[in-house]
Amino acid sequence: MSQADNLAPPPVETTPSFNMLRTLGLVATISGLLVVLSFRVTEPMIEQNKREAIERALFRLVPDAVSRRDFIASDNRIQPAGEGIDGEKLYAGYGQDGKLKGIALEAAAPGYQDVIRILYAYDPYCQCIRGFEVLKMAETPGIGDKIIKDPAFLMNFEALQARPNADGSGLEQAIVPVKHGTKTQPWQIDAISGATISSNAIARMLNDKSQLMSPLIQRNLALLENGA
Amino acid sequence: MAELPNRQEQVSLDTFLRGLWQENPVFVMLLGMCPVLAVTNSAINALAMGLASTFVLVASNSLISLLRNFIPKQVRIATYIIIIATFVTMVDYAIQAISLELYNALGAFIQLIVVNCMILGRAEAYASKQRLWPTIINGLGIGAGFTFALLCLGVVREILGAGELFGFALFGDSFQPWVVMILPPGGFFVLGAWLLIFAWFRQRREQAQARVEEQQQETVYER
Repeated sequence: MSQADNLAPPPVETTPSFNMLRTLGLVATISGLLVVLSFRVTEPMIEQNKREAIERALFRLVPDAVSRRDFIASDNRIQPAGEGIDGEKLYAGYGQDGKLKGIALEAAAPGYQDVIRILYAYDPYCQCIRGFEVLKMAETPGIGDKIIKDPAFLMNFEALQARPNADGSGLEQAIVPVKHGTKTQPWQIDAISGATISSNAIARMLNDKSQLMSPLIQRNLALLENGA
Repeated sequence: MAELPNRQEQVSLDTFLRGLWQENPVFVMLLGMCPVLAVTNSAINALAMGLASTFVLVASNSLISLLRNFIPKQVRIATYIIIIATFVTMVDYAIQAISLELYNALGAFIQLIVVNCMILGRAEAYASKQRLWPTIINGLGIGAGFTFALLCLGVVREILGAGELFGFALFGDSFQPWVVMILPPGGFFVLGAWLLIFAWFRQRREQAQARVEEQQQETVYER
């Protein structure tokens, strides 16, 4: 045997393409089965959790409510929620006597870190906002998260004016944030000093949503009142 | 086909305990730093992330170990990622089903377990070469070590940064929380402090071991 033969590299072990495809195909099939199975098993529980989270927030925001009914706002009108109807959701809360006590709506706007999502209560009789619950936020602990803890800030929402204008095209007065300690009007939000971006985000989302929804709710009040 | 090592590990207590101390993924190997720093702002988040990662680690490595003779090395990384992503998706749905609040608190970090190098590293270095039982035991040990490390950070950060532990207030109203501890810089401070403590302990142990060996050698020479 020559020296060149001794130095020749050992034969490379090759894997047939079929083996590689077979492995990837089998693993992808197992993966698909497990993912779809776990989705199907957990889907009703996740939906239930979402419903309960909305319900808990609604009953905290509208303390007199004992039952709720969902409505959808789309194409400039409100109708009872049902299969295949897409649009903005409204959660109406009714008291023991079956009377409408308040309406909860979802709103969102970008905060300091990420989008802040809230559920706020609208009282159609005083035409004002009666409070909000944060559904999701990632504001800085100790700074931006004061929007859910600061008592002075929460005082803004005892009766924040969101009255529709005469022609029903928006609000009579836009909801605006003002510098801490300078609030003089019921439609102003006294911002938190040091958490301006988060305070402004709350004001912006309430204003944007109310400009659209407050006039619509007032126009469809009879339907909402009879919903219980 | 993937190469099999010559030596298969026999299951012993050490197979489990290595992950807690000698091969602790956080304090020794410094793996998975992204969730370690990001979600340890409270003890409950740390515990949930630790348990979720442990489940993904044990389940994915078990499947990889079962299929180890069947996975060609040319497609092994793609195969491991599909398997890991499957179990991450399952754990993602499970956490949403258990608690939406917890799911929101953990944010995107549950999905990011897919790219946790601790899990892929174990698949490549251990599960692809060992039988099922050692893989499960070793995975549980590594997962317990990861959860322990996350809890070490989460407990300290929650106590100092919020004056609470698992959501229960520990101090009176007069306590002024050290907010920086639950912010990102706090994660680095606390991790640095724990790494220092671990390195100090390890050094002491090694020095003690070296002294014992030295004494033994001296005894042999005297004889």
